Amino acid sequence: MLKKKSLLLIEDDSIDAMTIKRAIEHAGEIAQIIHCVNGEEGLAYLRDAGSEMPFLIMLDLNMPRMNGLEFLEAVKNDHQLCRIPVVVLTTSTKSCDIDNTFSHSVAGYMVKPIDYDKLVEIIKTVNDYWAINVLPVR
Amino acid sequence: MRNEKPVLLVEDDSIDAMTVRRAFKDLKLSNTLTHCINGEEAVNYLRGSEVEIPCVILLDLNMPRMNGIEFLKVIKQDDRLKRIPVIVLTTSNEECDVVESFRLCVAGYIVKPVDYKKFVEAIRTIDLYWTLSELPERESEVKNAEEEVALTN
Repeated sequence: MLKKKSLLLIEDDSIDAMTIKRAIEHAGEIAQIIHCVNGEEGLAYLRDAGSEMPFLIMLDLNMPRMNGLEFLEAVKNDHQLCRIPVVVLTTSTKSCDIDNTFSHSVAGYMVKPIDYDKLVEIIKTVNDYWAINVLPVR
Repeated sequence: MRNEKPVLLVEDDSIDAMTVRRAFKDLKLSNTLTHCINGEEAVNYLRGSEVEIPCVILLDLNMPRMNGIEFLKVIKQDDRLKRIPVIVLTTSNEECDVVESFRLCVAGYIVKPVDYKKFVEAIRTIDLYWTLSELPERESEVKNAEEEVALTN
């Protein structure tokens, strides 16, 4: 199981962020949730030498200043940061969003459900999957 | 998995391949399992003109002729193939293999459990996740959708 690890959540909507954090805590396994409100802030956090590197990034797509796809491109072009798996968590079901993010090697694309219990289920499934993965040691 | 497209297994060991097949059968997964015995065969298969692009690739690392890492490098340079999520399924617990695989943007790295029941559980977890996750459409499907939108407009 994943213990004492941190997850980076990049999400501009404060209500969505609160709901997702609640669902993650409900799922019970993650020690620390780092929250950034857009891609630019997310990138700045990751590039700060003092920051704790997350084992996983959960990424919204539609955000101001630097959206999810722009963030993904920047991270995947960074020699150090590209090894952190990124899972998209978005309301968008557009094929172009799905195609573009997989072209940039996302490690999953989850559509945010309206129902909270369904969101918890998604978070549990995401957690169960990454729990059986061997991830690079930081 | 989310759609009915085949799963490509790239695995040189015939016993390991049989175990994956057995797990798919025991879990009643509807996806066809296509099997290539090394990276080179898998690349040639994927580049075939009539082939149905798999929804997901399960990739062993230690294989002759073209190993998993070499295969990954080729796939990730190919515009047509780079969108397919690749999940490493290997006996290797070596940090260098893990780091290199994630550097090449794999969508998972799972060390094969020795115990068959645990192996089936791992495949089940992979299936649950990749059923929940959206998956990219094939190029032709995207183009057809775009043409339809253009005609409507």
